[in-house]
Amino acid sequence: MIKRIFSVLMLAVFALTLASCASSEGSTGDDVLYVYNWGEYIDPEVLTMFTDETGIEVVYDEFETNEIMYPKIEAGAVNYDLVCPSDYMISKMIENDLLQEINMDNIPNRENIGEDYWKNAESYDPGNIYSVPYVWGTVGILYNKTMVSDPVDSWGILWNEKYKDEIIMQDSVRDAFMVAERYLGYSMNTTDEDELQEAKELLQEQKHLVQAYVVDQVRDKMIGNEAALGVIYSGEAIYTQRENPDLEYVIPKEGTNVWIDAWVIPRNAKHKENAEKFINFLCRPDIAYLNFDYITYSTPNIPARDLIEDEDIRNSPIAFPVLSDYDLEAYTYLGEKADRHLSALWREVKSY
Amino acid sequence: MMKSALGRVYLTLVLIFLYAPIATLMILSFNSSKSRAHWGGFTLDWYLELFSNEEIMAAFRTTLFLAFLSALIATVLGTAACTGMQFMKRKGRSLIMGITNIPMLNADIVTGVSLMLLFLAARVSMGFTTVLIAHITFNIPYVILSVMPRYRELNKSTYEAALDLGARPLYAFFSVVLPDLMGAILSGFLMSFTMSLDDFIITHFTQGPGFDTLSTKIYSEVKKGINPQIYALSTIMFLVVLLLLFFVNYKPWAKRPHGEIKVTTKTQVIVASGKGGM
Amino acid sequence: MNSSKNRYLASPYLIWSAGFIIIPLIMVLYYAFTDYDGRLTFSNVSAIIYYVNIKALVLSVIFSVVATLFCLLIAYPLCLILTTVIKNGSSFLSLIFILPMWMNSLLRTYAWQNILERKGVINGILAFLNLPPFYIINKPPAILLGMIYDFLPFMVLPVYNSVSRIDKDILNAARDLGADSFDTFVRIIWPLSLPGVISGITMVFVPSLTTFVISDILGGGKILLIGNVIEQLFTQDSDWNAGAGLSAILMIFIVISMFVTAKYDREDIK
Repeated sequence: MIKRIFSVLMLAVFALTLASCASSEGSTGDDVLYVYNWGEYIDPEVLTMFTDETGIEVVYDEFETNEIMYPKIEAGAVNYDLVCPSDYMISKMIENDLLQEINMDNIPNRENIGEDYWKNAESYDPGNIYSVPYVWGTVGILYNKTMVSDPVDSWGILWNEKYKDEIIMQDSVRDAFMVAERYLGYSMNTTDEDELQEAKELLQEQKHLVQAYVVDQVRDKMIGNEAALGVIYSGEAIYTQRENPDLEYVIPKEGTNVWIDAWVIPRNAKHKENAEKFINFLCRPDIAYLNFDYITYSTPNIPARDLIEDEDIRNSPIAFPVLSDYDLEAYTYLGEKADRHLSALWREVKSY
Repeated sequence: MMKSALGRVYLTLVLIFLYAPIATLMILSFNSSKSRAHWGGFTLDWYLELFSNEEIMAAFRTTLFLAFLSALIATVLGTAACTGMQFMKRKGRSLIMGITNIPMLNADIVTGVSLMLLFLAARVSMGFTTVLIAHITFNIPYVILSVMPRYRELNKSTYEAALDLGARPLYAFFSVVLPDLMGAILSGFLMSFTMSLDDFIITHFTQGPGFDTLSTKIYSEVKKGINPQIYALSTIMFLVVLLLLFFVNYKPWAKRPHGEIKVTTKTQVIVASGKGGM
Repeated sequence: MNSSKNRYLASPYLIWSAGFIIIPLIMVLYYAFTDYDGRLTFSNVSAIIYYVNIKALVLSVIFSVVATLFCLLIAYPLCLILTTVIKNGSSFLSLIFILPMWMNSLLRTYAWQNILERKGVINGILAFLNLPPFYIINKPPAILLGMIYDFLPFMVLPVYNSVSRIDKDILNAARDLGADSFDTFVRIIWPLSLPGVISGITMVFVPSLTTFVISDILGGGKILLIGNVIEQLFTQDSDWNAGAGLSAILMIFIVISMFVTAKYDREDIK
């Protein structure tokens, strides 16, 4: 019997050693950089230019939501050198010791990022130690002027029976709950059980009106006239309007989320210097401008904004809103327990 | 006569059901408008874009390489296991066959999750190697279930005769036994190859940074929105499959009873293994 | 064959399967019965009673039972026609019916999304003909359709193989002895094709019970099946213990279907 247990243990050891042979991969060569970014969040041309200039090859992956990104970094099974999470996720990563400090001396171009953005970033990254802002924006309603007859100025329109099956919601926990919480007049960072339950019930009530819960597909669906109303990030507004002039972006009067997505370097990154070179490269005004033109998300890069030729876009209230005009709030990290609770509540909505 | 006509109508209806979606994708792949409801004119642009899309092309190469390598390793391991089993007692043999059945009947999601947990516990970086291990794991059973029945039909006396004539066991194996098994080994290899090509779920759980197979690439493209390059890809893949199938179906090494279709799928193997009486 | 050393040829595979089949499954069970700190707990497994999970499981069972039934109802007559009515080229024809199986399964599901979308192909045609639109996308029928379409060939193949293997002489003998078509079917064809039917049922039932892809692509995130819940627990909540707990529940279903198959296999051999 002991012999049998012993041989099973031997097998286990063997399997684990075999498996760990796999770990050697991904670390080969120094001229490489593993980047993990949102879908459609960089001009592919920029990646080519970076490789041409520095000789560093970029291995590029995309994620759909912060929540999908986090477990991969946390598990440590993947060694990304550079990741672009949102504010609240960055504080979660800092708190769980998943990030390493960025050597800001290697990023002289950081000066191009506006003073205000660095100050806002202090809310999730005190002292601006771990992150460099990449893009920012708001969450709002994109609607089709030919399909919506009512004035769109409140989240309430997403509960209007008239638009049954014409509404598209974000399939991302925080954004979905933010809509309901703001509509109810609560903070989007509430952990009060009664408020959360109320928000959940409101979302459940809405479910029969919703055509689909999606993330990146909102944009194609709105362009293709498949829905009348969609919850979307402000960065998509310029792009979708370019493709379909009937679309209009609105920040509801109850207020909304203002967010910053920023570059961070995970603790287990193997090419930290390359990552810093890449951040520095992205902060160059011409590169930031190229990116803005491609992804149309608001850039915090002041000289890059000045490069925008189209005056309507340079002064667009959607791309570059005057923040004090709106009731804006940033997400904060709620803690591990509250996070899991929230996603359990979100599953209750989706399975309702 | 009447019955036959009705039968044909039924066959046609099912055929339409099966092929309409594929035909639709083919037509859409030539549609210059991105919309799925309007015909914007004929174009080959999506094909050109597809071929210049380095990410999809890289995923395509990875998929082929992965399928080939995993099928090859699985074939070697599986054939060796079958050979070894011939020298085992009944109990040992049924134990191995029992284990072999697990990945075949288990849900892909459970297989994928279980391997992911193993790799994470071993603190392994996920990437090509982990996916390769996963694919080999679910491929070996196809090889075994394809080679085992052939071993049972094998005439053992030729091998023994060779030994009696003074041939060394290894030589006897390669000159007498292996040629007889070749058909079964090849079909095991092809089965593994196809299963590896088509897998999404297990790869989804064991993949790492910068690694995509066609399946995982398609999945992320589908989630992003409409991409007509994917229509072009579907069309090409279907035509390739069609050609491959005709090739495989008329493969010269397959000696099989007339009228029965022998194809490389999970189902077929399950059917076959059931008959094998394990 | 007396060289007993030869049996060690099987050891690489044995080691492989121990390391990559058995141990991973044990790990699933380990995570299923422990909590985050490694303490023994049953809460991950009993979480199935939590109404989101039980609803997802019940929905999955309903969907997969209905999809399996539909597949059988479509495939069985098809195989009968292929083997009895069509005289020439039936084996080639049947190949045509399982051909779609080789196309990437994601692409096949994606095809239906394009067809069923609100501004999809069907509604484009209906609008052109001035007919009212047809919306089933992101609703249960769309997911069901996707399952039936994806897994139909898995039913056709084993049923066809078992029906085509029935000896024509037996059928002729039955007719000579005065049995009508109905009797022949009930007493001869159906019982003889049963092993194929059982294989087909398992082959359709297990993947449709556990899929998360079809519900993802055709459900618009509005319908959670048990596969979706497990996938999300692993990839979004990184709650491996909870995910493993539900996976363990799924394994029970799979073991049951293994036993069912094994039982019928044995009867087949008798």
